[in-house]
Amino acid sequence: MATADVAHHEEHHHHPSGVMRWITTTNHKDIGTLYLCFSLSMFLLGGLMALVIRAELFQPGLQVVDPHFFNQMTTMHALLMVFGAIMPGFVGFANWMLPMMIGAPDMALPRMNNWSFWILPFAFTMLLSSLFTAGGGPAAGWTLYAPLTIQGGMGVDMTIFAIHMMGISSILGAINIIVTIFNMRAPGMTLMKMPLFVWTWLITAFLLIAVMPVLAGAVTMLLTDRHFGTAFFDPAGGGDPVMFQHIFWFFGHPEVYIMILPAFGIISEIIPTFSRKPLFGYTAMVLATAAIAFLSFIVWAHHMFTVGMPLTGELFFMYSTMLIAVPTGVKVFNWVSTMWRGALTFETPMLFAVAVVFLFTIGGFSGLMLAITPADFQYHDTYFVVAHFHYVLFSGAAMAMMGGAYYWLPKWTGHMYDEKLGKIHFWLTTIFFNVTFFPQHFLGLAGMPRRIPDYALQFTEFNVISSIGAFGLGFAQLLFVYVIVKCVRGGSKATDTVWEAPRGLEWTVPSPAPYHTFETPPKIA
Amino acid sequence: MSSAPGSYYLPNPSAWPIIGSIGLFSLLLGFLLLLNEGSAGPWLMLLGACIIVVMMFGWFGKVIHESESGMYNEDVGMSFRMSMLWFIFSEVMFFAAFFGALFYTRALAVPWLADTDILWPGFEGGWPTAGPKGPMPIEADTPVSDPAAQFSTIGPWGIPVLNTFLLLSSSITVTIAHHALKMNSRGNLILWLGVTVLLGVIFLYFQAVEYHHAYSELGLTLGTGVYGSTFFMLTGFHGLHVTIGAIMLTVVWLRCLRGHFKPDNHFAFEASAWYWHFVDTVWVGLFVFVYVF
Ligand SMILES: [Cu+2]
Repeated sequence: MATADVAHHEEHHHHPSGVMRWITTTNHKDIGTLYLCFSLSMFLLGGLMALVIRAELFQPGLQVVDPHFFNQMTTMHALLMVFGAIMPGFVGFANWMLPMMIGAPDMALPRMNNWSFWILPFAFTMLLSSLFTAGGGPAAGWTLYAPLTIQGGMGVDMTIFAIHMMGISSILGAINIIVTIFNMRAPGMTLMKMPLFVWTWLITAFLLIAVMPVLAGAVTMLLTDRHFGTAFFDPAGGGDPVMFQHIFWFFGHPEVYIMILPAFGIISEIIPTFSRKPLFGYTAMVLATAAIAFLSFIVWAHHMFTVGMPLTGELFFMYSTMLIAVPTGVKVFNWVSTMWRGALTFETPMLFAVAVVFLFTIGGFSGLMLAITPADFQYHDTYFVVAHFHYVLFSGAAMAMMGGAYYWLPKWTGHMYDEKLGKIHFWLTTIFFNVTFFPQHFLGLAGMPRRIPDYALQFTEFNVISSIGAFGLGFAQLLFVYVIVKCVRGGSKATDTVWEAPRGLEWTVPSPAPYHTFETPPKIA
Repeated sequence: MSSAPGSYYLPNPSAWPIIGSIGLFSLLLGFLLLLNEGSAGPWLMLLGACIIVVMMFGWFGKVIHESESGMYNEDVGMSFRMSMLWFIFSEVMFFAAFFGALFYTRALAVPWLADTDILWPGFEGGWPTAGPKGPMPIEADTPVSDPAAQFSTIGPWGIPVLNTFLLLSSSITVTIAHHALKMNSRGNLILWLGVTVLLGVIFLYFQAVEYHHAYSELGLTLGTGVYGSTFFMLTGFHGLHVTIGAIMLTVVWLRCLRGHFKPDNHFAFEASAWYWHFVDTVWVGLFVFVYVF
């Protein structure tokens, strides 16, 4: 131990404090915290933009904002939530949990880990400041379709460069995660012994490295079409705006799995703990995750059924998309089977996990409806699509992260969170979420188009309900922030295992987890 | 931190990443201003580039120092190697986007455009093409008199095939250098690595000659419709990667001169050599799909 003491002494000597600690840190827990705080702030900011949208849609006519600003809000809300809240949020969980789950002393490349995070604030500074330039921020939707983005002002260039920076951040982060999982596992931690959260992140990281460069290529072509006279998306020069959609969605569909697979991982950790049973069908879960990742590369054009494609293309993308329901069904089946005859208790994390299984499945079913090509001609670009992806991204990805936060907060902070407030937060979130988004299914089926600041009178009632729900949902998240702050500040002392006999190495270390864990690899049974 | 012998080296807090972010941000902000008529643009870009170069010297210098003083165990080396391979995979996917654009336009977009006579009557399609509003293609390697009306492509059997030969040989010479390093034969290592860099530089020179020829005589530019777009984006990004690879190999060569690297521990050499093979492979794809067919 003498050498270790010496090493520690030296280390403290080198550690800056205050804000410099956070800027220069190479510790996976510090960096995880940074990612999670960043994600939460982007979540609140993106939510604020959603409230601008819902305020405008509270009644028919134009009253709160002008249409161009409304378009900027829909675009920016999506970019912030996708690239600012959900993706960095899951990377935060990965940073905190992966090394602890596989018995590693830290991430494989700690300095690069720091850089992955510290690119993000610069990227979002660039993106958000576009709102204050002449012509405003991007207003073509987060999908940035040409030719609209060829025409926009300087804000589009800022969006392109911001996406380049986010891409670098994501790729470096994903490389770090893959290498950590392949190279840093404790002896005896074989691949098929890894917790499912580790598996889902391994596959997510692969997807990130495969598709973020494709998005970079797509926005680079936008940039050269805008400024350097290329004709990729211009038919006068032999190009095709539809090609942008193909390249974008080749990134975009794997991207939705990038946003949901880690959520599956979190759910697969929570449900066994509160069912007091091991996960049902572990191997099937791993294989289903891999199958979903593989299929995600051959379904992209289901976002483009109405754009004009040969019939064979429409059929191929319809069937391949519907095929995804099979591995996804396996997962839902396994979660339910894990709970079957388990000794269930419903602490806040479990409430979130069960809600995710239930509500994500609704989103999965509406996705299946959208996959049916002829039906999609009716649903396309309506509020039905908006309802669908909020059921998978909010009640899938975001609520899984909330559940994960409650599940691991005691391990991170050493304090139990306020269970009563946590449950109130859960119920407010779940109820207001459904009040907001369930009526949007009906609006979409009745033909209300998305991304339009005004609507016909017959859509009024459902829009009023949806807007009320949205404000409730937004304010409920302030309670979430309060619970987190309260838990960080204090609370009853958490035990090392926190819950009743949870599985996983993270529960073998003290709560709060010490700054360095597993400097010597643990013994794996 | 823990520098106990044999354990995985975990670095102390470092300011290099945030310096890199500041450099990257100034570079892109400068580029943004340049594209949107801000006069500070080029200066900000220069500043950003300088910061990034300083960051690389500082960061990599620290890593080299740590490695040379024996602080890394085998696992650290394995992490580095795995990361490089995954990074190269991300680069492959970046090129895949542009190859995808080439295949899509050639096989689908242009034929569809030629099929619909309502929008662009008389447009025949075919490849090469600069689209219905662009100049007409003529025989390859034929100088054009009026670039607004005509353009000519670059045939594969002149400079391109020579460049293919150059890059393929450089892949062989870098492998010879690698073997020399493993045999601890420093003279051969320095010779063959030097030859590799030289071949890369000659490739870039020929590429520059070809670009000049295309712009000044063939009427083929980045703006020559979708043919010019795909041609220059693919070959241009490839050329950029050759440049990066050549810089990497040059740095490795200079380090070899200083006596760095051991037969069993030479990550930077391996990484640069892998990158070089990747650049080489992309070129073969370019030669086949951009020049020959
Ligand atoms: Cu999709």
